Amino acid sequence: MTNWALILSIGKTHLLTKIKQTSIAALGVTFGIGSYITLVCFMTGLNAMLDNLILNQTPHIHIYNEIEPSQEQPIDMYYEVKNSFNIVHSIKPKLSQKNIHNALPIIHYLNANEHVKGAIPQIKSQIFYIAGSIEMGGNLTGINPIEEVRLFNIGDYIVKGSAEALKNTDNGILLGIGIAKKMSLKIGDRVQVSPIGGDVFPLKIVGFYQSGISDVDAIQSFANIKTVQRILGRPNNYLTDINVKLYDIEHAIPLSKTIQRQFNLEAVDIKTANAQFETGTAIRNLITYAVSITLLIVAGFGIYNILNMLIYEKMNDIAILKAIGFSGRDVQFVFMSQAMIIGFVGGIIGLIIGFGLVSLIDTIPFKTEALPTIETYPINMNPLFFIIGFSFAMLSTFLAGYMPSKRARKIDPIKIIRGQ
Amino acid sequence: MITVLEAKNINKYFKKPVLFHVLKDISFKIEEGEFTSIMGKSGCGKSTLLYILSTMDTDYEGELILNDKLITNRSRDYLSYIRNKYIGFVFQFHYLLADFTVLENVMLPAKKLAIKSLQEIEFDAYEKLRTLNIGHLAKKQASCISGGEKQRVAIARALINNPTLIMGDEPTGNLDSYNSENVFDIFKRLSLEEGLSLLVVTHDKDFANRTDNIIMMEDGRIVTNSRQMI
Repeated sequence: MTNWALILSIGKTHLLTKIKQTSIAALGVTFGIGSYITLVCFMTGLNAMLDNLILNQTPHIHIYNEIEPSQEQPIDMYYEVKNSFNIVHSIKPKLSQKNIHNALPIIHYLNANEHVKGAIPQIKSQIFYIAGSIEMGGNLTGINPIEEVRLFNIGDYIVKGSAEALKNTDNGILLGIGIAKKMSLKIGDRVQVSPIGGDVFPLKIVGFYQSGISDVDAIQSFANIKTVQRILGRPNNYLTDINVKLYDIEHAIPLSKTIQRQFNLEAVDIKTANAQFETGTAIRNLITYAVSITLLIVAGFGIYNILNMLIYEKMNDIAILKAIGFSGRDVQFVFMSQAMIIGFVGGIIGLIIGFGLVSLIDTIPFKTEALPTIETYPINMNPLFFIIGFSFAMLSTFLAGYMPSKRARKIDPIKIIRGQ
Repeated sequence: MITVLEAKNINKYFKKPVLFHVLKDISFKIEEGEFTSIMGKSGCGKSTLLYILSTMDTDYEGELILNDKLITNRSRDYLSYIRNKYIGFVFQFHYLLADFTVLENVMLPAKKLAIKSLQEIEFDAYEKLRTLNIGHLAKKQASCISGGEKQRVAIARALINNPTLIMGDEPTGNLDSYNSENVFDIFKRLSLEEGLSLLVVTHDKDFANRTDNIIMMEDGRIVTNSRQMI
């Protein structure tokens, strides 16, 4: 049976009479936890921002018709040369249509799937932007503006104008900001575009698009699906791409494989397309945790030292406590409780300081051309980090307190009483 | 007469630095209400004997019986409980917890025992301090009172759990004659009025002569036990 109230009151008295050492030990923990919280919130915030930069606007599954050579050449099918060795030089890709056959039923089918948040069509086309006698190559993508905003956050990248304006303007174009700069265009102006080997179409600029990747902004523009179909001279079931957004990204790989088999189309999942981002995120997380754990271990050694000194100073107290009937375990708990109090108080203050610093960073302006949606430094304030930080504070102080307190438990009171 | 503490054939060896036979076949009894003193020259083993009797030292041969219960070879936790409940200690060097107040020092063993409520313990502690004429010191820090006062606080602490036996290791050894007299009077009164058993190791012949029973030790043996001579 352990009398915790008594043990805690003894521990508290020891700590309060040595308030200077106690605060230094607690400050070590505070510093460790505070910087852990700051680091981890800031780093994961940056990670999330960098990932979102690409992943937010990337479909979880991208379905299209790949231009590729036939897997089986006609000669392979000819039974008379079946047992001979054939070499076909300079194989050319098979002439196939760019659009997805039966795209509308496929979209309908995908939208019925329970994992799918939405599947929307696009038309990708190569066009020229015409400025006087100059022709500049570019991409014009036909989209459904409202759905794109809902599923792929295109709204974040429209720096002027809006998706609604595009939807409501029949001959509207959402122009890449790079092109707009080159051609000195502003909203309301007209830009002439021409498909490869086609006529010239004037389109009205309803907004500017800035992805943050300048190579993309220099060529990419968006228009309504119908507008692009008209420019290309295609019927309204002509669709080249289907972009699928899922509720859970983990379903991307199996679903993409199913689609590939079922419809005989190319379906690329987000993980395959952006494998390098996962690697980058993992490494940044590793660095964050390595630094934080180092800080906390240093704080732990501080506590270890101070408790060791405290036990040396309190030898007499330990002897007297044992003489008047405290067991070795009680004495160990007295010193353990001191370590845990230091960890608890230091940890809580550390969390508060971390929270304060993170909140401060969250208000510091951070504007960059590349990231039109970001106004301040990105912060990921996840309650889990606070729980991890606090648990680690308690764990490290427990370990730091365990060894010195175990020594206190084993101190022989007679040796000290005799030694006086 | 009820026997409070009985030692049977206690032998103790120091193993370091060389094997040394400190206590040789020590046997004696302490009766209830008896004031016993142990005398002897430095190094004769009287303090060593006291630490064995106090249950703090468990490395000995022989048997130790407290209140008719054998306490040799019991677990350390049980011995802690025995010390807490049945034995009160007074040392030569006062040994108060310097960070605590006088009152807290006195209350500590009772809080550990945790039989009474906090209010009762506080009341008892004031009572003990008052009977030793140091009630006015209760709220003072233990490090801020004089040596004689400290020793009386230590006695109050030894008394708080109403033990059956009080042990003293030269409790007056560090005090002037006035304070020594004072401490002796307190012990004597406790023995006579409250029927407490006391066992005190001392160098002071005058002190010893006024106790009920003197055990003389020499080279680890009891040479005379005055009660047995009567």
